[in-house]
Amino acid sequence: MTGKMFGAPIPRTEDERLVAGRGRYLDDLGAGAYAAAFVRSPHAHARILDIDVGDALDVDGLVAVYTHDDLRGPMAEPLPLLIPHPAIRDGRTPHALAAEYVHHVGEPVAMVVARDRYVAEDIVERVRVDYEVLPAVVGVAAARRADHVVHPGMSDNVAARLLQEVGDAPAAIAAAPHTLELDLEIERSASTPMEGRGVYARWDAADAMLRMYSSTQTASGVRAAVAAKLELQLGQVEVVVPDVGGGFGVKIVHPWPEEVMVPWAARLLGHDVKWTEDRREHFVAAAHEREQLQRVRVGFDDEGRLLGLDVRIWHDNGAYLPYGVIVPLVTSTQLLGPYRPGAYRVEFDSLYTTTVIVTPYRGAGRPQGVFAMERTMDAIAARLGLDRARVRSVNLIQPDEMPYDQGLVFQDGRPLIYDSGDYPAALAALLDLVGWDDFPAQRERARAEGRRIGIGLACYVEGTGPGPYEGGHVQVETSGRVRVATGLTSQGQGHQTILAQIVADELGVPISDISVTTGDTRRMPYSVGTYASRGAVMSGSAVALAARRLRDKALRIAGDALEADPDDLEIVGGRVRVKGSPASGMDLGTVAVLANPLRYAFDEASRAATQFGGPADFDRPPVAPDDAPGLEGTDFYSPLRCTFASGMHAAIVETDPETAEIRILRYCVVHDCGRLVNPLIVEGQIHGGVAQGVAGALYERMAYDSDGQLLNASFMDFLMPYASEVPAVEIDHLETPSPLNPLGIKGAGEAGVIPGAAVLAAAVEDAEGFPITRMPISPSELFHLRRRFASGEIPPLRARRPAAPAPRPSGQES
Amino acid sequence: MTEQTHEIRLHVNGVPHTATVPARRLLSDCLRHDLGLTGTHVGCEHGVCGACTVRLDGLPVRSCLMFAVSAQGHEITTVEGMAAPDGTPHPVQRAFRECHGLQCGFCTPGFLAVVAAFLEENPDPTEEQAREAVGGNLCRCTGYQNIVRSVLRAAELAREHPGAEPPGAGAAAEGGRA
Ligand code: FES
Ligand code: FES
Repeated sequence: MTGKMFGAPIPRTEDERLVAGRGRYLDDLGAGAYAAAFVRSPHAHARILDIDVGDALDVDGLVAVYTHDDLRGPMAEPLPLLIPHPAIRDGRTPHALAAEYVHHVGEPVAMVVARDRYVAEDIVERVRVDYEVLPAVVGVAAARRADHVVHPGMSDNVAARLLQEVGDAPAAIAAAPHTLELDLEIERSASTPMEGRGVYARWDAADAMLRMYSSTQTASGVRAAVAAKLELQLGQVEVVVPDVGGGFGVKIVHPWPEEVMVPWAARLLGHDVKWTEDRREHFVAAAHEREQLQRVRVGFDDEGRLLGLDVRIWHDNGAYLPYGVIVPLVTSTQLLGPYRPGAYRVEFDSLYTTTVIVTPYRGAGRPQGVFAMERTMDAIAARLGLDRARVRSVNLIQPDEMPYDQGLVFQDGRPLIYDSGDYPAALAALLDLVGWDDFPAQRERARAEGRRIGIGLACYVEGTGPGPYEGGHVQVETSGRVRVATGLTSQGQGHQTILAQIVADELGVPISDISVTTGDTRRMPYSVGTYASRGAVMSGSAVALAARRLRDKALRIAGDALEADPDDLEIVGGRVRVKGSPASGMDLGTVAVLANPLRYAFDEASRAATQFGGPADFDRPPVAPDDAPGLEGTDFYSPLRCTFASGMHAAIVETDPETAEIRILRYCVVHDCGRLVNPLIVEGQIHGGVAQGVAGALYERMAYDSDGQLLNASFMDFLMPYASEVPAVEIDHLETPSPLNPLGIKGAGEAGVIPGAAVLAAAVEDAEGFPITRMPISPSELFHLRRRFASGEIPPLRARRPAAPAPRPSGQES
Repeated sequence: MTEQTHEIRLHVNGVPHTATVPARRLLSDCLRHDLGLTGTHVGCEHGVCGACTVRLDGLPVRSCLMFAVSAQGHEITTVEGMAAPDGTPHPVQRAFRECHGLQCGFCTPGFLAVVAAFLEENPDPTEEQAREAVGGNLCRCTGYQNIVRSVLRAAELAREHPGAEPPGAGAAAEGGRA
């Protein structure tokens, strides 16, 4: 259905509060709570010999110090492996407090509870831990060599290995007229929300109830995990997610060690306890992503059409595997993008290292997959001397081939079938937007001025809105105000606004009458969480379905009261009225009164619903057997499988001939996330995603030394871009509706980040004339590549430019 | 081991406050936890992100780099004190909302303080100047594009209603609101 709120670029309902300083983030809560701080491992790999708290005991304000020895039952066991998968050979997860070994710098070893955070940190300094230091394993190469193993009892560092195949790729490659091989590498970055993690717990001993607040992407997940750890019934635990200062994936992990320790201590102490993560902790004790090595072998024909693709991926999963193999699984499936790969074989190893865990960060493995595929496309074009857009276009899946089955199993355990999309139209729109065909002339003009510029493009397809489900609850109060609840949580994506927009249209009420609650298990206990760009698809669909149920009920009740056929009624502006004669009708609030048959009147309006209040049908009970009191609707949306959004980015960069500084001159995005609920919000998501893509391509990395120390664990040294580094983004939307959900929408949260590394590598490569195979790239790295290129160590790209010097092969011809 | 504390008087958003704090208490923590003004946020505690920015006698300062005891005798304005006494939002607050200049909102109070101070000195900035003005604050959500737009829009709004807010400390120094 099309209404006037769906699709409107209205300002967000969240913002009035937030710009006034009336947001309530985790650390804004719990005045008077004890503060927790954690003693963390200074070593990447060590055995704990002894913990001595003697020096801490005389600090004024100390409440308690806990170590693993204080934990019993499930609390003493490792944290859960959240997403089991048959490919996992040995799935290790951390303990709430380290039991015997520590496996990365930052791992919590002891918990201090004190009067305030300053005192708690003083005490942390005074807890002495004796370690036997063990060899660190840092980086994919060391993990593969397995000179040292990370986890006792394992003979190597392979946490998981998975092979997926469609057709016989090695044979197809062997028979292909052309082949190429590429070795590629992507380094670590991290979600790095401006607000770190945080947990605040209140134990009510009289009611035996736990109320928890957490800066998380899943209220229901935290609830279930904490209940299991603390051996409480689910009904004894309420999880409320306050305003969250950004998530980008890292906050989907649960339960964190701190997330079980804080409520455990609150119950034990009979006192509120709060822990707020500081910036250094977030670098060394939360989660990172991205690091992979890839080897691509590809066979193709004279036009660049893929015949066979064989990809081997080595993925660094850090010290533990709490989130299973989701990231490399996404890489290996979403690598295919909008293309038909011919035969495809992909195998990944997920490897333990003594570094921070690796779990989804916005894009969740896709940036790496797109990097592999798009670098391959560019290499094919270079080999054949063809235009890079042309090579992509011969490989695109066509609109009339939809739905398109890639023949693989996706990250939701369901088939990888693209539901809809128009990739050729997207490519045409992008080439138009960036002025692809005019670029050679632009390049020549720049060259005449002594400037070096290059252009690149990259395409992606993104599975969004995975199940299993989300729920929606919509209720009309007797005042006519509408309360909406969904279980998943919000970290700045504007869910309250877009869900209100959807309900406003479905129900026919003004948006100002609607309030939306997310991430509160008291209001909607059944939920999964916010990840994989699923908020709008899943909760949007769920609240739409719930609102439709409510609407049916409202029309039925109003139909009885107005003696009209419900089919002849409509709801406009919060009022049910007879179509064609708007004067006869009643407010939805009045319908809400009638929907709840009463014995007792509590105000003027409710009199109408009392037992002597008006005519009644004595052949029917006041509430029919298949009915329920109240004007509310609840429904759940559970999709068959993901819906696949897509997009293409192009960038023009300038590289300084002297300093090798890389400047982005233009950044263009063509984006298709189905029907747009709120274009303002979708564009904001793209802007933010692109900024993170640029960050990961040119600035951010996690600089571990060989001992496993993170050398840049502060905003001073980790180069998160400021406004001066992020380009303006030019956006063009396509809207190919999804046939899978009632609103035709697809997810938009992650898209902007996905092709960042690929498109900027392509543009830099184009400017420089030699292959870029490793991202991120800094000016000094580019400078060194130039030297190696000048000395003949790196071969030039071949035959792309007519003016290029005599071509040499850019890979091994096999 | 007990720590010595100090009784301090702070003038925040036109209202006098007292607090008892140790000498090492950061101004950011004092505002947030002693005075309950949690609109000021803390993103790094090492002076890099700007989330904790407040105005001290009108100038933007990072409250995580200052001790509460040394803020005595200065007029402090936090995000809670930006609106006019009748509750009308500051043009910068309005502009951020209109232009979708915030997502999670965590960095926002710091940006608002910086931009409000900037526009008092530069009421009609170019886009480049606007971008430069916010160049010392980190935002992980927006990619800055709509923040830059918000700066320009705020300038426009302030010009449409000249005198809507007093210059200087965003002020409220006299006749503050309770
Ligand atoms: S918290 Fe003060 S600058 Fe980051
Ligand atoms: S809006 Fe989230 S950090 Fe700026």
